[in-house]
Amino acid sequence: MNSRTPPGPIEKRWENTKFEMKLVNPANKRKYNILVVGSGLAGGSAAATLAELGYNVKCFCFQDSPRRAHSIAAQGGINAAKNYQNDGDSIYRLFYDTVKGGDFRARESNVYRLAQISVNIIDQAVAQGVPFAREYGGTLANRSFGGAQVSRTFYARGQTGQQLLLGAYQALERQIDAGRVKMYPRTEMLDLIVIDGKARGIVTRNLVTGQIDIHIADAVILATGGYGNVFYLSTNAKGSNVTAGWRAYKRGAFFGNPCFTQIHPTCIPVSGDYQSKLTLMSESLRNDGRIWVPKKQGDTRKPQQIAETERDYYLERIYPSFGNLVPRDVASRAAKRMCDEGRGVGPTGLGVYLDFGAAIERLGKQSITERYGNLFEMYERITGESPYEVPMRIFPAVHYTMGGVWVDYHLMSTVPGLFVLGEANFSDHGANRLGASALMQGLADGYFVIPYTLGNYLASNPLEKITEAHPAAQAAKVEVDNRVKKLLSINGNRTVDSFHRELGKLMWDHCGMARNAKDLLDAAAKIRDLNAEFWQNVNVLGDAEDLNQSLEKAGRVADFLELGELMCIDAADRNESCGGHFREEHQTPEGEALRDDQHYAYAAAWEYKGDDHPAKLHKEQLYFEYVKPSQRSYK
Amino acid sequence: MRLTLNIWRQKSPVDKGRMVPYTLDNVSEHMSFLEMLDVLNEQLITKGEEPIAFDHDCREGICGSCGFVINGVAHGPRRGTTVCQLHMRSFNDNDELFLEPWRAAAFPVLKDLIVNRSSFDRIIGAGGYISAPTGSAPDGNAILVPKPESDMAMSAAGCIGCGACVAACPNASAALFTSAKIAHLGLLPQGQPERHSRALHMVAQAHEEGFGNCTNIGECEAVCPKGIQLENIARMNRDFLTGAVLYRDPQAEAGAG
Repeated sequence: MNSRTPPGPIEKRWENTKFEMKLVNPANKRKYNILVVGSGLAGGSAAATLAELGYNVKCFCFQDSPRRAHSIAAQGGINAAKNYQNDGDSIYRLFYDTVKGGDFRARESNVYRLAQISVNIIDQAVAQGVPFAREYGGTLANRSFGGAQVSRTFYARGQTGQQLLLGAYQALERQIDAGRVKMYPRTEMLDLIVIDGKARGIVTRNLVTGQIDIHIADAVILATGGYGNVFYLSTNAKGSNVTAGWRAYKRGAFFGNPCFTQIHPTCIPVSGDYQSKLTLMSESLRNDGRIWVPKKQGDTRKPQQIAETERDYYLERIYPSFGNLVPRDVASRAAKRMCDEGRGVGPTGLGVYLDFGAAIERLGKQSITERYGNLFEMYERITGESPYEVPMRIFPAVHYTMGGVWVDYHLMSTVPGLFVLGEANFSDHGANRLGASALMQGLADGYFVIPYTLGNYLASNPLEKITEAHPAAQAAKVEVDNRVKKLLSINGNRTVDSFHRELGKLMWDHCGMARNAKDLLDAAAKIRDLNAEFWQNVNVLGDAEDLNQSLEKAGRVADFLELGELMCIDAADRNESCGGHFREEHQTPEGEALRDDQHYAYAAAWEYKGDDHPAKLHKEQLYFEYVKPSQRSYK
Repeated sequence: MRLTLNIWRQKSPVDKGRMVPYTLDNVSEHMSFLEMLDVLNEQLITKGEEPIAFDHDCREGICGSCGFVINGVAHGPRRGTTVCQLHMRSFNDNDELFLEPWRAAAFPVLKDLIVNRSSFDRIIGAGGYISAPTGSAPDGNAILVPKPESDMAMSAAGCIGCGACVAACPNASAALFTSAKIAHLGLLPQGQPERHSRALHMVAQAHEEGFGNCTNIGECEAVCPKGIQLENIARMNRDFLTGAVLYRDPQAEAGAG
């Protein structure tokens, strides 16, 4: 695997790469057609920036407006190594924390670049009018976040993702209004067009009219988010899906570390079978909330009736130096252990308390309202309970996928001309993402990396002129058309959602917070059977030439079924525990993740070999020249 | 609980559309309104009927995709809540509910409860931004922003663009939506250079899209799930008026060197 990681001292690598990259003359940029699929932080910022530079951009999203992309739901904040708080932060420390937090499964050069760029993102967002929280003197405010001992997180109440996305969206709308971006809302990418080994276009379906179109271009950028919805229940938006990335995989792009999933520790527990999604409560709540369970098993008393001495503040007990602020994977597994011991709370026993009693006593209700008021309201709307009166109940839920399409240092996949940004790629977070780093990565990729690396690709790869009539483009269109018709013609007995729920349960039970080889391989086989049943027995009503939400879902679930199997295979193949990937066979005596650096210090990149052949594993060896691998300790 | 639901069904933009009654049993109070519709849709599919189409995505009240009128009120009976976060504990056994899409000429119905809100995007495109080319920004702390102004800007910026304000307004005015963006950016020092042209262009675009004028009725504020306030409209009017007085035609820039 050639990751195109530049040589030299790490702090010079990005600067040197930028200097060595070829440039496209300003007058020539408008001759290049670029497709950006997805309009979230990564796609929106990329489309706006590339258009500003002069490229001819088309941007696609399945939602009714680019402003709806799921980046909007990120609550907590965005990290940047500004050291405005004078508390010892630096680019090197953010780099160090991210490599360590990712449990030594990320590429050092990428992470260092991310830390360097983080400071520019804040400046850019402020200039766009993103209303970050301020101190009374008018300077930017910060807070600390899980996995960090410095205050480097910038935030806009509990709506940081919304405000950053609206900043990018407004920049994008400015370019749309100026005629430099053509926007295609309610349009879904259903295939990638590869000609002479290079990405040259996509096939889309208009979700209102059902029309299937070919779009030819000089390069394709996927910024299509994560695939947490393979678990059915997750904190992702209902529409979030893997289809674009999966279609690219089937056209030759390797898929990186598919099993690396982040389970977020602070979500509202499941309440019933009808549950359609899980709601995240921002991790920032852990700054002031204390997590506990009763010391006694099966204690069904109300939390107010359990005396201080009968409570187990288990994170503070087990991890005294990080306490409630341990990284997400550690906090999630600890919650699972408490519930497995029979000390979980709430009607299902699958929950732990997040208690603000002490913080309200210390800081006053007013301060807590200022910090978390909107989150408390959200919790009360959903559960009918007020966190001011009774502790919140929380439980881990699938939140983010560190895995994704494999990319090199230039964010290019194994298909030349296909670039992948943001959560959709596998790159910067290793086996576990730290809080407030997703927004940082999405915007770093879109605003500050792709404008350089795309130009370099275009300037160094002369491309033949092609049209929609090219046989490969026409063939891809026919395939998409046939697949749509096939889904509508099965007329089976089960709804799309029933397949999706069954897949989700298999994934959560066997490829969730704790995994073992036997269960994973069993699950892979069951998923294969479920996939076969899907194509025999799914019932999708309605027409192809119409707004048909069942049809949209069916196509996405079909791809999730294939992805789920690969995730289980990847998880079974990685005989170690690292970050969010916890294999029961590989743990320390205290139950912490036990890595095997000698055999598994690599990124797994899977190559599609046909529906009837197993995917082929390629390994990108990871080198740690700066941050020496050690057992992560938050004690 | 058991509910009677009268839901607007319309196959396509050109179809006439009509209310169709459904009954649903065993509704749990812990379900969200959209989960209740999911259950109904699963039953419809099993019976071979096409499910009810409605826009939704994050189901956390922030993406702004969802929204329809429940018994005459945009987003239903609970204040400050989108339909995805409205839970069935807000209703009673044997309630009869009427569900309709947003009604406004500038929001044409696409199917059932789904409308086309792309007019909102064009209002933003007309001027709802600060022109800040990537890479040109000064340090984040170079320009200080007083906390009270920053907080007010954030409150206005909380708009999710769902369109409830338009649906609730007898004039189908987009004044609350448009003014929220004008106020957000106009309150910040970074937004000053384009402050007046922004108001002129955004208001003109809203007019062109077919949204009505504001006559200070206040229904918009009452249904807004994010608590966007009417005072933003006053700010918009002030910026618009100043902009109209100060407006000059742009000058040609070429010729130097």
